[in-house]
Formats: sequence, C-alpha cells, structure tokens
Amino acid sequence: MLSDLTIVEAAAALRRRDFSARELTQVHVDAVAALNGRLNAFITTTPDAALAQADAADAALAAGNAGPLAGIPLGIKDLFCTEGVRTTAASKMLGNFVPPYESTVTSQLLRDGAVFLGKTNLDEFAMGSSNMTSAFGPVENPWKRNGSDAVLVPGGSSGGSAAAVAARIAMGSTGTDTGGSIRQPAAFCGIAGIKPTYGRCSRWGIVAFASSLDQAGVFARTVADCAVLLGSAAGFDPKDSTSVDRPVPDYLAATKRGVRGLRIGVPAEYRMDGMNPDVERLWQAGLAWLREAGAEIVDVSLPHTKYGLATYYIVAPAEASSNLARYDGVRYGLRVDGEDLIDLYERTRAEGFGDEVKRRIMIGTYVLSAGYYDAYYLRAQKVRALILNDFTEAFAKVDALLTPTAPTGAFGQGEKMDDPIAMYLNDVFTVPASMAGVPGMSVPAGLDSQGLPLGLQVIGRPFDEETVFAVSQVIETAAAFTAKPTIRTGQ
Amino acid sequence: MSLDPATVKRIARLARIRLADEALPRLQGELNNILGWIEQLSEVDVEGVAPLTGGAQIALRQRPDVVTDGGYPERVLANAPDRAGEFFAVPKVVE
Repeated sequence: MLSDLTIVEAAAALRRRDFSARELTQVHVDAVAALNGRLNAFITTTPDAALAQADAADAALAAGNAGPLAGIPLGIKDLFCTEGVRTTAASKMLGNFVPPYESTVTSQLLRDGAVFLGKTNLDEFAMGSSNMTSAFGPVENPWKRNGSDAVLVPGGSSGGSAAAVAARIAMGSTGTDTGGSIRQPAAFCGIAGIKPTYGRCSRWGIVAFASSLDQAGVFARTVADCAVLLGSAAGFDPKDSTSVDRPVPDYLAATKRGVRGLRIGVPAEYRMDGMNPDVERLWQAGLAWLREAGAEIVDVSLPHTKYGLATYYIVAPAEASSNLARYDGVRYGLRVDGEDLIDLYERTRAEGFGDEVKRRIMIGTYVLSAGYYDAYYLRAQKVRALILNDFTEAFAKVDALLTPTAPTGAFGQGEKMDDPIAMYLNDVFTVPASMAGVPGMSVPAGLDSQGLPLGLQVIGRPFDEETVFAVSQVIETAAAFTAKPTIRTGQ
Repeated sequence: MSLDPATVKRIARLARIRLADEALPRLQGELNNILGWIEQLSEVDVEGVAPLTGGAQIALRQRPDVVTDGGYPERVLANAPDRAGEFFAVPKVVE
C-alpha cells in the first residue's frame, strides 16, 4: 500500500517511475478526506494545491531535476506561516489570518519539491501537552488501549502532526518544540520526531511562543525519514538572528554510522521514584541494544533535572507574555470593538485567547513585573544556566544520552485537565534539553502493558544531530517496532 | 507568596486581558497553585551564577542597517481588521 511506504522508499520509487507523484498524493488526499473527520489532525486541508504541487513534482522528476522531497506529501503544523493559506496557531485570535509570506522552513521544503496536504492541529499557540487547548477541537490519537475504545490524546503541542503521520494520512510533518512539543507527541503516537539544536532551523515565519526555546523540527515513521526531512528544513537564514551559520551535514548518511565506540550516558536523575515499570523496562532494553551494538554505557549526573520544569514555567510564560503582546486587534487577527483603545485591547484578548494561553500570559506578566523580576525571572535564568552546565559537563564524558521520552504512554481525553501542573509534568524528561538548547529525538521503541507505544529519547551535543541520528537508528533497528495504530488508512 | 484578588486584577490589567469578576476566584486559585509550585526554585543556590538569557550560546549576529524588505502596503494591510487608506485604523485616542 502506498500509504505504508517510508519517505526514503517512496522517493526511490518515484525516481523509478513505479508510480507518479500525483498517484501518491491522491492516495494521501483521499486518506485525509476519509479520516480527518474523526482524527481532526488537520485544521485546514489544501487538496487542490497538493495535487498541483504533485504535478509540478512529476514534471521535475521527468525532467531529471527533482529535489530530494519531490512528490512527498507532508502535513505542516499550523504554526508555520504559509503564503495564502490560513495560519491559525489553533487560536480564535488568528482564526482568519492569511499570511502574505512563507516561513523559511516551509519554503525550503517546497524548494525541495514537497507536497503540502494542509495545516495540522496543535495546542493553542503551542501551549499544551495534549492538543486539548486547540480552539479547533482536540485530536484523536490513532492508537487504542487493548480492549478499549477510549479516545486518547496524541500529545502536544504538535498533536495533529504526530497523529497524521501515525495514521498514515501524511508521510511526514513539521513540528515545533519548546519544551517537548515534538518529542512527546512522537512518543504518544508511536513515530519518530526530532527537535534539532536551537539555531539549526530558522524560526522566521513561525508564530512565536517562547523565542529562546522555540525550535522547528520534523516527524516521520522512521529515523531515516526524519533525517531526510531535517536535511531540507535545516540551514542558515539571515532573517533569524539566532539562526546559526553552519553547513547542514548529510543526516541520512549519519543514520548508517552505528554506535561502536560511542559512550552513551544514563542520567541518574531521570530514574524517578514510582517510575512506570513499562517505561523503566524499555529504557533498560534500549541501553542493552546500544551495548550489544558496541556502545559503552556510562552513568552520568544532571543534578538540576528536578528544577527543569519549574524553570521552564517561568522562562516560557515570560517570553510568551512578551511575544503575544502583539495580538492587540489592530494589525491582524481578531478584533472586538470597545469603548476606547484599551478596552478594545482587553476585549479582543479576552475573547481571542483560550484559558491556558491566558494563564501563561498572566504568569509571565507577573514574573516580569516590577518587584518580582529578580525573585522569579532572573533566578530562573540562573537555574537555566546551571541546567546547561549539567549538560556541558555530561557531554565532556559521553557522546549522547539515552532517557525515556515521557513518563507514561498516551492518556485519555479529559484526563489531567483539572490541574495545569499535572499536565506540565508530562514534559519532565523533555524540558531540560530544551532549556539547554541541545538536540533531542524520540524513537518508538515498544508497547506498554496496555498496548500503547512508548518512546526513548536520544539527546546529543549542540549541533551534533548526526550522533543523535546514529544512536536513534540503532535503537529503531533493534526495537523492530512494527506495531500499527488502530485508526489508519486502509482499515 | 500568594496573589490576592486585587493583584490578579492588576496582572490582568497589565496583560490587557479583560477579566470578568466571576472568573476571578478560579484564576486566582490556578495562578497561586502554579506560583506555589515554581517556588521550589528558591532552594537552588544561584550565588555567583550568570543568568542564561538566550537559547544559542553565541553572540547575536549583526547586519548592515539598511532596508531589505517592504514597499507593499497592500500585503501588509491585507489582514487588518480596519484600515483608512494605507493606515491601520483604531478608535479615536486623542480628543
């Protein structure tokens, strides 16, 4: 079935003309039409544009000048501005916003021939770990617990991107990750996802949440497919002042390096009291696979791990309160009229933002306000420096770290909704790498006792995504994860 | 540290978010829970630690101070809720 192919397989088949880009795209357009009503993975679908892009890919393939992603159908997180295609950030605030420009990451995917199926669902302004805060409704995780029909969350914030790839209605997708928003949904949906080093992908044209943490990345069903996608998405961009001017290596080649001779660190602080036994078992299995493949396993310490989340929930809301000040009802987005200009701002923002976004803006406003800045924000920035230092010291001893991606498998819609902090704890294993700006990848490694996928996280040195891919590939090969979700194309 | 209702209202005002009185108690409780939880950072010894301000461990790049973009007011105004000619329009702010 065409929808079960990997990107690497499909790209080779398209070059052999086994099938056309139009056929491949039509299969996915039909799959989206059939399943999106239930999954709600896409906020906006663009089938006509997708087929036109597929025709252009077929022409390029025939002419022999096709890019590496020619004819590959992707989902684009609805946080990336796409020229002429509505970009909502899953917020009422931007419900009718049509960008007059294309984000750098998506323009590079288009440059390389990709086909865009539409814009995928997310937590509002990427603030959430369940996709439950979307103003366009929740996303259903394609996976089910054994013997249960309960609707599970796909994780978040990039929940639609992960669910679409898992359900085989897209071959790959883009995401953004501020504290775990690529890695946690990848784990919940049984697919691979990488957040590269901060500065590796341009943030230009991505709706901003927390600018010192936001980083674009990709999802696919295999590590090699993620390598191909990241090769297109990454690269220097003068329009983003934090974009780093370094060459983009051949990531696909890096997946074939193996781990012989590498030193893999196991951070002691990630072994938490009351850890889910399935997660613990899988973590040990992952370490055994790496050892068998020739790596040396080394115990390391990241002593400030336990402060990662609290630090994150000061730094990220502070930056969000500043970034989201732009939504004032004047230049674009929702406007609710008021008695005067201040009243217009206040009514617009009360109506346009959902509860979680308001909470974070208010926390951020408070920790930046006069009299509290030093006690909260400045202290958090200092703890962030200590967290970075933990990683720097660990990477003096090891080449990469292996940890679980999330404390559990997917949970049900409606669970963890009453207490914001219970939701925040989902990101306990992913937030520290975000604070340090280092690359992290989630690889599907097995199923828990309920039949739900679990991921292992590989964390690498800054700008050493190649080692992350090498280690992730060994885990993927050893895990031989072939389970498929209940809801998928062709079922 | 616990926020009283007046402080929650003041934060909402600073954030330019209209807050209905009936929404105040619940929001106050949620914000206090979150602030109580992040209070744990006070136990970390940060003496002499320089704050980390950015995500990349590099100096911000500079570029020549020249115009590199612009000259298309219609595209800029295309999403405006209200406009007057080539300007964004807002309610009267000066009497």
